[in-house]
Amino acid sequence: MTEANLSAGNGNGSPRIGVYVCHCGTNISATIDVVAARDVAENLPGVVLSREYKYMCSDPGQEIIKDDIRELGLDRIVVASCSPCLHEETFRNAIADGGLNPYFFQMVNIREHASWVHKDIKAATAKANDLIRAAVRRVRFHRPLEARRVPIDPRVLVVGGGIAGIHSALTLADAGKKVYLVEREPSIGGHMAMFDKTFPTLDCAACILTPKMTQVRAHPNIEVMTMSEVVEIDGFVGNYRAKIKHKPRYILEDACVGCLECIDVCVFRNGKTPDEFNLGLSKRKPIYIPFPQAVPQVVLIDPEGCIEFRTGRCKKTCVEVCAERNAIDFTQEETFSEVEIGSVIISTGFKAFDARRLPQYGYGRLDPVYTALEVERLVNASGPTEGEIVLRDGSKPKKVGIIHCIGSRDKNTNVHCSRVCCMYSLKLAHLVKEKTDAEIYEFFIDMRTGGKGFEEFMLRVKEEGVTMIRGKVAEVYPEAGNTGRVVLQAEDTFLGMVRKIPVDMVILATGIEPQADAEDVRRTFNISCSTGGFFTERHPKLAPVSTFTDGVFLAGACQAPKDIPDTVAQAGAAAAEALALIDAGHIELEPNTAFVVEEECSGCKTCVGLCPFSAIGYDEGKASINEVLCKGCGTCVAACPSGSIRQNLFEDEEIFEEIVGVMANV
Amino acid sequence: MSESVDTQVAGNGFEPMIVAFFCNWCTYMAADLAGTSRMKYAPNVRVIRVMCSGRVDPQFVLDAMAQGADGVLLGGCHPGDCHYQEGNYKALRRYRLLKRLLTDLGIDEERIRLEWISAAEADRLRDVVNEMTEQIRSLGPANLQVPQEQFVKPVPISLEVSV
Ligand SMILES: Cc1cc2nc3c(=O)[nH]c(=O)nc-3n(C[C@H](O)[C@H](O)[C@H](O)COP(=O)(O)OP(=O)(O)OC[C@H]3O[C@@H](n4cnc5c(N)ncnc54)[C@H](O)[C@@H]3O)c2cc1C
Ligand code: FES
Repeated sequence: MTEANLSAGNGNGSPRIGVYVCHCGTNISATIDVVAARDVAENLPGVVLSREYKYMCSDPGQEIIKDDIRELGLDRIVVASCSPCLHEETFRNAIADGGLNPYFFQMVNIREHASWVHKDIKAATAKANDLIRAAVRRVRFHRPLEARRVPIDPRVLVVGGGIAGIHSALTLADAGKKVYLVEREPSIGGHMAMFDKTFPTLDCAACILTPKMTQVRAHPNIEVMTMSEVVEIDGFVGNYRAKIKHKPRYILEDACVGCLECIDVCVFRNGKTPDEFNLGLSKRKPIYIPFPQAVPQVVLIDPEGCIEFRTGRCKKTCVEVCAERNAIDFTQEETFSEVEIGSVIISTGFKAFDARRLPQYGYGRLDPVYTALEVERLVNASGPTEGEIVLRDGSKPKKVGIIHCIGSRDKNTNVHCSRVCCMYSLKLAHLVKEKTDAEIYEFFIDMRTGGKGFEEFMLRVKEEGVTMIRGKVAEVYPEAGNTGRVVLQAEDTFLGMVRKIPVDMVILATGIEPQADAEDVRRTFNISCSTGGFFTERHPKLAPVSTFTDGVFLAGACQAPKDIPDTVAQAGAAAAEALALIDAGHIELEPNTAFVVEEECSGCKTCVGLCPFSAIGYDEGKASINEVLCKGCGTCVAACPSGSIRQNLFEDEEIFEEIVGVMANV
Repeated sequence: MSESVDTQVAGNGFEPMIVAFFCNWCTYMAADLAGTSRMKYAPNVRVIRVMCSGRVDPQFVLDAMAQGADGVLLGGCHPGDCHYQEGNYKALRRYRLLKRLLTDLGIDEERIRLEWISAAEADRLRDVVNEMTEQIRSLGPANLQVPQEQFVKPVPISLEVSV
């Protein structure tokens, strides 16, 4: 089709189109001949003016558009620049400022989709021209629209009660917002609750975390739901409804006062079940509290270990001692509840790498080998050994080896750097040295101490006499002669020789991975994951705590490995984003809903069953679409046999014109 | 139409023209990511953005072919990941029928392709575009272009299975 006869098929009277081709510095102009693109655009039917400019998104760039609208009476604008995800909003606002309906606009992505991905200037320019031609043809059919405004329910759902969730919840609650904090374990606290000290300041973890945990529990605006998980969420930004599953605790939470007498009198004199919180380094009874500072301070029963559950013939000393408080309830069952909220913060944290996946290090096979998390429990005053470093065989270590990057920076496991392992290894070196005065060897690949006070901390630990060896440990094997010790074999890249160092204890600095169920959580909340499995933020620089689902925010290690200071900063940011949404009171949504042209609807009902949001009703022989429920996917539009359903911003004509536009030069 | 496909000799400086319909939330994002990652791929695809692969009316595909496209690439979120829950299943359904329809018309069904490409899979996007370009290059031009004067404004059709 030649360009001359395009004008015949003009959609909207005689539009006055302005086309602006952006250089984006040299990001676009290095690969696309922007002047040629401008010239091609200039000759397209309906185009009154076409310009190229260094930075269209800059203030002066936007001013040019506004002035042209006013002075030349432009009524359609096409900007060929970056992805609409980046600046569609910017240009729409500029156009509105210029006095035009902001939807009389079409953006052409010639940066991400052309200049950055092609090398050949001719081919890239030809592609840009085709895309611009498509936009010019399309924009003639644009109609004035108004953004949809939806009110925001001020209540917030926080999923995951680690330090990230705790901090977000408190920030929101202090600002007067109602928060539902859902945690799947019996207590909030997350990984931080397991630590004794935190790098780089060596603050006592419990001293800084416990007060926050109790604050959460006591806060009138926070409702904590432990042993709970979100199983379903529906609705849209500002108006979500979440279905929450509550696992039975077999204890009435309101009746239990946390006296723990039931644990003392349990018919099991000693614990038989590996204690989850201590990673199996100690045993617990079937009625227990996960750790002394647990919030809520409420016990729970593990039905697998409890005699009453197994045989129905226990003496039930626990029930006896609980007496009139009567908090024990063997009949509890799984329940479900629903909450309505306007926004969600996801702070489900991380999972430590399973060291068994690297058998060369002997974890699970050789007694002297521990994971870092286990050692965190060993050094913890409320841990299985009350803070003493006692090995599995009852001895105290005199020589300790720490191996960095277990399950990180390795293409066989995880490519990413887990960011905290160098620092926590140094912390553990310091703590173990302090408690045992053992000789300590740290095997690292690179020492990554980028953070406030981190390098200083590393130097301090070095001064304390910890030996740092650069090299990857190839293998850990038992020392000959049944000494009970193991040998670390590694190449020392400083000395250029292989070293074999026998030690009493090995600490594996296991990396940080996405939670095992991250995939399910991602599906439930309709967000995305990056290749490594961590949740993806909307924009790595400009929207680091938002997701592609409006009103769903991210905080903490579920987004990427990070330390506590960064986690708390992000949790504050996520709370602030939710607050901004709530305080605005409403949000403007893309007006891309579908609508039925009633006169044309034949009443075939094809569309009704197709809508995943039940937005399509049917009465008196016609379909009708509920604009509030419609999310604008356009599935019904594509299916309607009579073409009587249209989608704003994506009308059939608009798309057909794009097709004609991109093909016009063939 | 079918003869022209068969008789066309491939190669000869032939550059395939492929029209793509990418959903806003996954495949379009993957293409953006390929850009920000400065990956390089064949310049033969022209992307038209739709909110969901479920918006792709089979008529769009036929129309693109009738306008002279040598191939049509549809991109959506992986099964279970559609931003609108199940638009991609609808797309798949229509795609299957469309392939049959094309075969019946004597058009090589390989000229259309549906791919699930998530927002993180920029490398897959690059590979799919490159592969499809090469594939169409070896098939040769489609030559299905309807002369402009015979071109009738398309009437939407439906390939929906009634539900
Ligand atoms: C061995 C080790 C030592 C460390 N030492 C330090 C240190 O000294 N200093 C420092 O700054 N950082 C340290 N870190 C890093 C620190 O652990 C993290 O920065 C921090 O725990 C991240 O907090 P979070 O709330 O994002 O995640 P988490 O602490 O993992 O908390 C996530 C919470 O969400 C819950 N959850 C998960 N999935 C769901 C679901 N589907 N539904 C409901 N709830 C769910 C979990 O049960 C958990 O309570 C260390 C890490 C490791 C592995
Ligand atoms: S949004 Fe990607 S296929 Fe539906």
